[in-house]
Amino acid sequence: MSKRFAYNAPAVLVFVGVLGLWELAVRAFGIQQFLLPPPSSIAGAFVEHFDELVTVGRNTLTEAVGGLLIGGVAALVVAFAIARWATASRALLPFAIAANSVPIIAFAPIMNNWFGILSPLSKMMVVAVLVFFPIMINTLRGLTLVDQGSLELMRSYAATELAIFTKVRLPNALPYIFTAFKVSATLSLIGAIVAEYFGGSRSALGQFIITEAAFFRFANAWAAIVVASVVSIAFFLIILAIERVAIPWHTSARIADSS
Amino acid sequence: MSDSVVRVRGVDKVFGTGTDKTPALQHIDLEIPKGAFVSLIGPSGCGKSTLLRLIGDLTQPSVGAIDVNGKTAHRARLDRDYGMVFQAPVLFDWRTVQGNVELPLEVSAKDKAVRAARARAMLALVELTGFERRYPWQLSGGMQQRVAIARALSFEPAILLMDEPFGALDEMTRERLNLELLRIWKQTGTTIVFVTHSIPEAVFLSTHVAVMSARPGRILEVIPVDLPQPRNDLTREDERYFGFIKRVRERLRGRDVARPGAAEVAAS
Amino acid sequence: MFRAGRSALSFLVVIGALAVLWEVVKLLGGDPNGGWIPPFQWTVASDLNMPHVWDIGASFVEPAQRNGPPLGIVLVNAGIFTFREAFGGFVFGALLGLGLAIVFVHSRLLERALVPYVVASQTVPIIAIAPVVVIWLRGGWLAVAVISAYLTFFPVTIAGLRGLRSPDPRALELMRSYASSSRDVLLKVRLPAAAPYLFAAFKVAATASVVGAIIGELPSGIRDGLGGAILNFNQFYVSGPPKLWAAIIVAAFVGIGFFALVRVAEAMFLRGRTAPSDA
Ligand SMILES: Nc1ncnc2c1ncn2[C@@H]1O[C@H](COP(=O)(O)OP(=O)(O)O)[C@@H](O)[C@H]1O
Ligand SMILES: [Mg+2]
Repeated sequence: MSKRFAYNAPAVLVFVGVLGLWELAVRAFGIQQFLLPPPSSIAGAFVEHFDELVTVGRNTLTEAVGGLLIGGVAALVVAFAIARWATASRALLPFAIAANSVPIIAFAPIMNNWFGILSPLSKMMVVAVLVFFPIMINTLRGLTLVDQGSLELMRSYAATELAIFTKVRLPNALPYIFTAFKVSATLSLIGAIVAEYFGGSRSALGQFIITEAAFFRFANAWAAIVVASVVSIAFFLIILAIERVAIPWHTSARIADSS
Repeated sequence: MSDSVVRVRGVDKVFGTGTDKTPALQHIDLEIPKGAFVSLIGPSGCGKSTLLRLIGDLTQPSVGAIDVNGKTAHRARLDRDYGMVFQAPVLFDWRTVQGNVELPLEVSAKDKAVRAARARAMLALVELTGFERRYPWQLSGGMQQRVAIARALSFEPAILLMDEPFGALDEMTRERLNLELLRIWKQTGTTIVFVTHSIPEAVFLSTHVAVMSARPGRILEVIPVDLPQPRNDLTREDERYFGFIKRVRERLRGRDVARPGAAEVAAS
Repeated sequence: MFRAGRSALSFLVVIGALAVLWEVVKLLGGDPNGGWIPPFQWTVASDLNMPHVWDIGASFVEPAQRNGPPLGIVLVNAGIFTFREAFGGFVFGALLGLGLAIVFVHSRLLERALVPYVVASQTVPIIAIAPVVVIWLRGGWLAVAVISAYLTFFPVTIAGLRGLRSPDPRALELMRSYASSSRDVLLKVRLPAAAPYLFAAFKVAATASVVGAIIGELPSGIRDGLGGAILNFNQFYVSGPPKLWAAIIVAAFVGIGFFALVRVAEAMFLRGRTAPSDA
């Protein structure tokens, strides 16, 4: 426990130090609120608007989780389906990678038009498209980048394709899948907020931030930004926790255990 | 003759096609009697692994035929007659030691109780009782290789095919595992085909040493090693043990120094 | 050369296939077209939501505004503008990312103190702080480049750190046995070892930089780039859906183009060396 504390102490010190300096600088140089509100005002805004922030945070999180589920399930289904054909997946991968470099957020206004600007579904679909390619590509890699020795071993047992899939490919892919989901957790929240920027319900983080900033209530906007980060980190940590339970053998878990 | 487990007849193996052809093996004839311990030894790249993989039906001959237990190698693989051990242990990180040993039994759809009992017995055989719940990465290299051996033995294969299984281990661990392997061989009565690049190891373990030549790989001579059984630490001090080592070494060098060796094989 | 031609060709084939699929969806569930009455009625496939491929194509040559230049020209200019922002952001981000990685590899203390915030930084919705950055930097494409750099430095830092740590410890010991300076170790061992990792990150960063540039334009009032164009055509979507689609297509090309550029640089620089893939 104390070892762990010593390890994290520098990070905690930086946190406290930066907040202190920020507060001091804002006061000493009389920096305008719209440039940078001091942490104390942000904390005040947070307390004052706590209920509203919880509501908008929850609405946005719903969009993000919904989108991640839709996009994630679709990506897994597609990857599992095409991983069966080695040549097909090898041929498709470059296109998936190219598609992954398309700035998906550009589709946000289209999704608003397709699924209704006020409906959370339109935001979910932006998120779904956003996370689809990273998860699909990583899953496909995990299913196909299998140690040749393992495949030979299974062949020496005259194992069926199904047995090879469930006993080798799938376990091999799980760490790749979790990596993709961890990245996508953060991505999904940012995607939802950007999608909200193109219009949507007032009761969501993106619109809340825009409105508060438009009325020069920057402390409120910053409080919402803090909520967005905290929710995003929490989402990431939840997936990390699931990963630890689901794949205890994985290297990242091992390293953490031994420290 | 009828008691030979492996019969390789007139096998050639050529990799690649067209201008990119690599002849890996040429005119391979080999008979392995039941219960034998045969080592394949030869310079690196001479096709030892290829021959082993041919016997195990992981690749197919370009010319010739291979029979195992009186059927084709392919049929033998489908009948799950093989246990394979590679230089790397190839254990699955996501399975415990017990789970790894049970893997071939799961593939051949044995029921759970049988699997567990069998795996425990095999782990006892390689002296890893007590490590069932560990994960492979929690074991040393030698222990991992013993798990691989236990796994290969778990469905009582007719033949154990081992490709430099102890190649990556230190000398002391290797000698200990050699003794352990001999004990398992005696206890189970399996036929073993064993690839190695260590002459002393080949002589110490084997009933027969097949000496192979550089590319294209051929079998120069099969030397019967009639040192007394069971072999033990005393064997390594036996005068005749050194004699066999010398003989294998000369055979291996033979191609450089004098050609007559080839004629001898053809005549035999 | 031959391979590049072939992959360009297969790329065109895929785009063609997508266009055909698009029209098939419209045939099945779109609006009536001439005498054809589609068997289904899907809102998503209506002419408003999915304009015909040829209408999108035609929109490129029609003027964007009355008496103005064709939309195609406008969008290409916007694409170049956004690419410039993205490229600036990419360069800032890559330098910052690599700089941080080098610092972290030399100081465990700084690594422990700062890496958690490097990771946390990516959870801050950049679009929300973009207006502030724009005010700080008085607008202009430089402000957008900084916003874009915020998204690009992260993958470079993480991959750089892994890459700089990737050399065999024995190689480092060997260098130490020559009594080489840590600068030599960095230049001769660590950076070459990190190169494949860095290029993998640059590919991610290239995409991120385009996303960052588009997002950065939105709240900053910059109307010369693709972000501005998307915002603009979104407002007039009902009167001309193909224009928004045209803008999105150009944005896709900028994204894929930048990615392809980094791929080419990677191929020239690494000649087939790759970093171990992620898991
Ligand atoms: N899959 C393959 N494709 C092409 N050439 C191969 C393949 N496997 C082995 N070879 C070639 O066959 C020869 C024998 O290889 P191998 O059996 O691995 O030798 P050894 O195990 O004796 O070192 C080598 O020249 C090797 O390059
Ligand atoms: Mg070999």
